[in-house]
Amino acid sequence: MRRFDEQLTQLNDMMLEMGALVEKTITMASQALIAQDVELAKKVIVVETDVEQKEKDIETLCLKLLLQQQPVAKDLRLISAALKMITDMERIGDQAADISEIVVMMNGAPYIQKLVHIPQMATATVKMVTDSIDAYVKKDLKLAKSVIEYDDVVDDLFDKVKYDLMDLIRANIEGGEQAIDLLMIAKFFERIGDHACNIAKWVVYSITGQHVSHR
Amino acid sequence: MNKTNKYSMKNVDLWYNDFHALKNINMDIPPNEITAFIGPSGCGKSTLIKSLNRMNDLVEGCKISGSILLDGESIHGNIDVNALRKRVGMVFQKPNPFPMSVYDNIAYGPRTHGIKSKFKLNEIVEKSLLDAAIWDELKDRLKKSALSLSGGQQQRLCIARALSVQPDVLLMDEPTSALDPISTAKIEELVIKLKTDYTIVIVTHNMQQAVRISDNTGFFLLGELIEYGNTQQIFSMPSDKRTEDYITGRFG
Repeated sequence: MRRFDEQLTQLNDMMLEMGALVEKTITMASQALIAQDVELAKKVIVVETDVEQKEKDIETLCLKLLLQQQPVAKDLRLISAALKMITDMERIGDQAADISEIVVMMNGAPYIQKLVHIPQMATATVKMVTDSIDAYVKKDLKLAKSVIEYDDVVDDLFDKVKYDLMDLIRANIEGGEQAIDLLMIAKFFERIGDHACNIAKWVVYSITGQHVSHR
Repeated sequence: MNKTNKYSMKNVDLWYNDFHALKNINMDIPPNEITAFIGPSGCGKSTLIKSLNRMNDLVEGCKISGSILLDGESIHGNIDVNALRKRVGMVFQKPNPFPMSVYDNIAYGPRTHGIKSKFKLNEIVEKSLLDAAIWDELKDRLKKSALSLSGGQQQRLCIARALSVQPDVLLMDEPTSALDPISTAKIEELVIKLKTDYTIVIVTHNMQQAVRISDNTGFFLLGELIEYGNTQQIFSMPSDKRTEDYITGRFG
């Protein structure tokens, strides 16, 4: 195998590793939220620094490849897509950390309502991140497009959470503060979905050379 | 490429005796743009560029069919080859100044074409050297031998010499492959500047050079034009797998 191809394989491996770390931050934040586990929530912030480190490592590798190999065509698209994707991945880590901070702040106070849709949002966004990175590595256009479509699922869940919380606030004004915290959390998950969608759009670009138009 | 084309090639085939060097080339070259020919050695790109001013006429056993139009007029019809080569200048891979002074190198062409006035020749020499971005370096060395110049200066002198007869088209066959990066950069800057006044066709093995300076790129393989189009398009999203394999260095 040519050295350049080895380096591209290394880039793919690092993207998979970063993807796995990002998924871990979402899953941990979600578990901490459901179990009201403040210690677990604090650990998310630690994993988030690993995500940031991985972003720097990938960025360094991409810049080195641009400099050394002066890539063109599919190689150029692969590397430039990676550079864009890691920004969105890092933002997902940030948002998982933001969710965790709210969990820490709520400090185990009993929930005003059993959480149903928010954990579903977590599961959906993890799936989006996994699939988009998989699509990148396997150059699977269909899978990348399915991630873009799947963002609707997350958006619908956000609407459900919002209306549930509005009803709750109407019925019980006392729970207002927690309702707003939960709404923030849902909004963070919704943004995570948007970032995963962006990642998938860059995957489409790396395969086809075409940018998917923003909705 | 919907402007009136400088060159228009239709069904061009070329043989060197039994060897079929160019196969059914159809290609339009727009004016005042830089068109790059790329491809592995022996793919026909140099043969094609030499066909554009009939340098192949000098090759024994060379036979060409199809049509090559320059400004809508066949270059194989009722046309004086010397007049054609005056309109279509050429610069080669290795700088090839004549073994005479800087001044005489530039004045050689105009003199051949009958210009005798010293004043007029002075004017042409200055303008050609200015256009080739080498006047400042050579204005005090016009009487010096051209062979005493550096490689990069010699190549720009050759470009100035090509410009001295006021051509429309400049053909460049790997003009920087024998030059260092600084001379290469100077030639590239110059070529970009020259396209305002000239149509430029360049053969290059340097992919990055094609990306940097050309507007259009044609990829040749085994005598065929595989893909031709906008340079940025070719180098970001080529449509033919053979182009992709070649430019990304995954050939064969």
